[in-house]
Parts: sequence; structure tokens; C-alpha cells
Amino acid sequence: MSSMAIETAGLVKTFGDNRAVDGIDLSVPAGTVYGVLGPNGAGKTTAVKMLATLLRPDGGEAHVFGHDVVREADAVRSRVSLTGQYASVDEDLTGMENLILLARLTGHAKKAARERAGQLLEAFGLTEAAGRQVKNYSGGMRRRIDIAASILNTPDLLFLDEPTTGLDPRSRNQVWDIVRAVVGHGTTVLLTTQYLDEADQLAARIAVIDRGKVIAEGTKGELKASVGAGSVHVRLRDAERREEAARLLGAVLDAQVQLEPDPVALTARVGTDGGRDGRGAAEQASRALAELARAGITVDNFALGQPSLDEVFLALTGSDTGHHHAPATDLEKEARA
Amino acid sequence: MSTAAPAETQDLAPVRTDSLAELLISTGRPPRPSALSASLTFGWRAMLKIKHVPEQLFDVTAFPIMMVLMYTYLFGGALAGSPSEYIQYLLPGILVMSVVMITMYTGVSVNTDIEKGVFDRFRTLPIWRPSVMVGYLLGDALRYAIASVVILTVGLIMGFRPDGGFVGVVAGIAVLLVFSFAFSWIWTMFGLLLRTEKSVMGVSMMVIFPLTFLSDIFVKPETMPGWLQAFVNNNPITHVSSAVRALMDGTSPTTELAWTFGWALLLVAVFGPVTMRLYNRK
Repeated sequence: MSSMAIETAGLVKTFGDNRAVDGIDLSVPAGTVYGVLGPNGAGKTTAVKMLATLLRPDGGEAHVFGHDVVREADAVRSRVSLTGQYASVDEDLTGMENLILLARLTGHAKKAARERAGQLLEAFGLTEAAGRQVKNYSGGMRRRIDIAASILNTPDLLFLDEPTTGLDPRSRNQVWDIVRAVVGHGTTVLLTTQYLDEADQLAARIAVIDRGKVIAEGTKGELKASVGAGSVHVRLRDAERREEAARLLGAVLDAQVQLEPDPVALTARVGTDGGRDGRGAAEQASRALAELARAGITVDNFALGQPSLDEVFLALTGSDTGHHHAPATDLEKEARA
Repeated sequence: MSTAAPAETQDLAPVRTDSLAELLISTGRPPRPSALSASLTFGWRAMLKIKHVPEQLFDVTAFPIMMVLMYTYLFGGALAGSPSEYIQYLLPGILVMSVVMITMYTGVSVNTDIEKGVFDRFRTLPIWRPSVMVGYLLGDALRYAIASVVILTVGLIMGFRPDGGFVGVVAGIAVLLVFSFAFSWIWTMFGLLLRTEKSVMGVSMMVIFPLTFLSDIFVKPETMPGWLQAFVNNNPITHVSSAVRALMDGTSPTTELAWTFGWALLLVAVFGPVTMRLYNRK
């Protein structure tokens, strides 16, 4: 038995001319949360679908707990569970009926199925909504019932495909709590996300995917070090002094400074040179502020942020992700859901 | 029916991670369900859908009633002297026609389901693969049975008096249900093959209209030109409606039954595997 939950080598999936997944190698250790980070259309969902036996790879190999996803699809299916981006339960049925249905399909006898469904609804705080059709659930409730359905049979590997896209911050935190509880039990979780902070909160290792390829892989620390601990966003009162401020910031932070479209705004990445944690970045940033004040440049607004996904991509690929121009259909559907 | 507005997150009870952890440490997984059990479970799902959206029974109640009334009074006088004469011949046929027409909704429901994420979940379950499709068909068999009872009731009220009695009528319906179950595999295939619900409907009508009209449902084939007789006499719908008519008439149509079951087997043997191939590839 392999101690790897997932191992892929040169995994490829093409749709016509589009190489959605273009040679991905992944090794996901069992018992951890593995984050797959990337913009819309990067190939995250396609990769997950191949691993969950929903799509047949066009090239390469993938093993889940040592089982080939094509030749031993049934063995893989008995150990994994998938929560897709969209509701993966039947919207016409009630929460209770959905869970009973899946419990029956995973082999629970009638009585045991009802019992298990009731317990899960209770644990997920959905007892009151048990008798309502899922189409009348709020976004947060849907995610809960989705995840409840996914862990019903205590899978060894749980795929969560963008579990918090479209959720409000509060529901998002609740989903994170659930993921932590699931992993605490020993289930391996493969989480895809567009948000760096989500991967940061949950994942032990992260793979960054762009245009179907893994462009970076490592622990959170390694990844962050390669990107920088964060960004300093500064808004000046006087647009004419921006050039001067940019030079100053560049000198103090020893970092690349970017001029924003807004004529009074600039952004500098900090922490690339050894400042590996937030504090290092904060210290550097406060030094930079002091320098600006000494030069008599008035700062209206100042923020120290984690690198955004765009910044991660900028750092990793040296080019814009085209993130904002990516097909928005996924998000639109999500917003409607 | 629940029409309550979506509840706000704020009103949600908290997730109880402690009891969640307990649930996850459950004792082993039960053995996978048998093919029959999985199929029946999907059949149960189809019935729950009828329960939650009873409007969908409209097509198996109002539509067949309309068919019987329309054709009996429209053609009855011209073709058999009077509507009450004609209905003795027409009713078994119109029953076949109505139920065969209703089968196309199988394709529509398969097609609308694929769009939803729940299909992906079913496909990641370690169960007998065709059970999802068989489940649809089991649910639909219930709808066909309802339609049959509705049509018969209307027919009896309008003066249909089958010589085969209760046993003959039930046998006729049973044969029709078996054939419809087999015929529906054509629609599961199209439901998976075509992209939109509209195209599924379109193709269904293209197939069903000629098959049902160019049969012996409305008139005896002897009255038709020879080339048309060749088609009508070999049309599976003709075999089914002749078999059903004979059974309800109290005779045992051995040849027609053999043709009907032969066609049923052929349909499942051809369209079953094609459906499953598409389902696995989707």
C-alpha cells in the first residue's frame, strides 16, 4: 500500500485544441490537506474530475491509494468522494431525502441510512432544514449539505472543488471548520481554490496551477518565500510625488514597485529577501512609511496585505494571469446558485 | 411544498465539529449495494420527485384524456360508424400511443439531470453503473401505469367494453409496460447524447410521430396502399398495439407477443449498451 493518497505522472486532458490539463505531476501524502491553487480555467476542476474517475485522462497516469483511476475505477470510487463546484445533491429533494438516498447507495440498510442521515444533519446544524427542498437552501446551507453528502461514507480521500466560491465570509469560515474536522479524523483532502488565504488556512502543501501546468509546488512557507510575504499598498495625497515615493520605497524595501492605474497609488512587494513571516514584512513596511514621512510625502492610506493570487502569479510566471478576463461563466453560474 | 425564502446564514445552527468527528469514526463501511437495491433506490428518487413536483403528472393524466376524447369523436363516425363502435378498436391502440409518447420525457429528465452536479456524484459512487438509468425507467414505469389507468377509466366511461375482462386488460397493460421500459432506452441514449432539452424533444417527436401514426392504431392496415402496409405491418408499435388489443379482447396473440418481446429485447440490447457507453464517457 502506498502512503501517497494521490500520485500522478504526466496527466493530460485535452478538449479539442485546448490542453486543459497539460502534464501534471502531483504527489499528495495521505492524511493531509493538499491545496491546488489557480485561476478560473487553469485546469483544476478537470484534474479533479480525472482523479475522481469522472473523466478519462488522455495521457499520463494517476493512482489513488495505489489504484489506477482508469483500470481500477471501482476501487477508487469506493474510497473517494467529490464535492463539486455546484450543488452535488438533488435540488428537488429535501436535505433528509438526499442523505438517505446516498446512504442507501453506499450500502446502508434502510434503518441505518435514516439514522446516519439524521446524525449528519444534526452535526451540520441542518436539522431544522431537513424537510425542506434543497433548492430553497441558502448558499451556506447548500455547501453544508454537499459536504455532508460527501463524507457520509467516511471517504479516505475527499475532493473539494472550490468549496467556498460564492460564500459570504462567515459561511466560508464554517466550511473551513468542517474541513479541519474532516482532516482531523484522518481523511485526505484535495482542495482546489482561487484564494490564496484559503489554501494558506487549510493546506499543508500547495500546488499552483496555470494553463494546465503545475508552476510551483511546495509547503506554504516555501511558496510564500518565493512570492514575498506580502504587499504594501500606499495611496498618496499628491500624485506628482509618486515617482519620488516609488524610488524611496524601492530603495528602502529593496523591492520592485508597481505604479497602479490610480495616479496616487503604488504597490510594493516585501519580504522577498529573507523576511519570511508577516512580522518581518510589517517591520519593513513601517520603515518605509517613516522614510516617506521624512521626505515630506503625505500618505493618505496604507495597507499591508498578503500577496493576492494575481501577485503570486506575477511572481511565479512573470506575466499577468489574464485572471480577470477568464471566462466568467463559472462565476456567473455560482452567483445564481 | 416548501416555498419559504432561503434562510440567512445567520439563522443557521452552528456546525458541531465534535459530533462530526464522532460520525467520521464510524465502524467501517457497509458492503456495496446490490444492482437491484441500487436500481430500486434510484427508482425511489424518481418517485420522490413526483411527490415534490406533482405537476409533472399532468402529462400522464390530462394528455391521455385529451387523446382519447379527440380521436374517438374525431374519427369515430367516419371510420366505424359511431364513436362507441370505434372506441372498441381504438382504445387499446390509443393507450399504446399515449404511453409511447410519454416515454420521451425519460430523455428530457435524463438531459436536465446531467446539467446538475448530482449526476457527477452518482457517477463517483461504487455502484452497478446502469442502476441510475434503470432507476429513471422504474420511476417512469409508474408514470406509464398511471397513464394507463387514466386512459382505461376514460375509455370505460365512454363505452369501451373489453371482452378479455379484468385479466385481459391487466395483461395488456403489463405487455405495454414491458415494451415501454425497453423503448425508453432510446431516450436515455438521446438524453445523454444531445445537448439541450429542446433537441431531445425535437428528436423524440421525429421518431414517435411516424412510428405511432404509421401503425394499426387508428385504422386497419388492409385499407392502406401496399407500400405503406409493408412499413405498418413491420412497425414494432403495430405489433404492440395488436398484442394489447388482442389481449384486451380476450384472445392470446402468440405471434404478436413474440414480436413485441423480440423488439423489446432488441431495443434493450442495442440502446442499453450505447446508453451506458455514453454515460461512462460523459
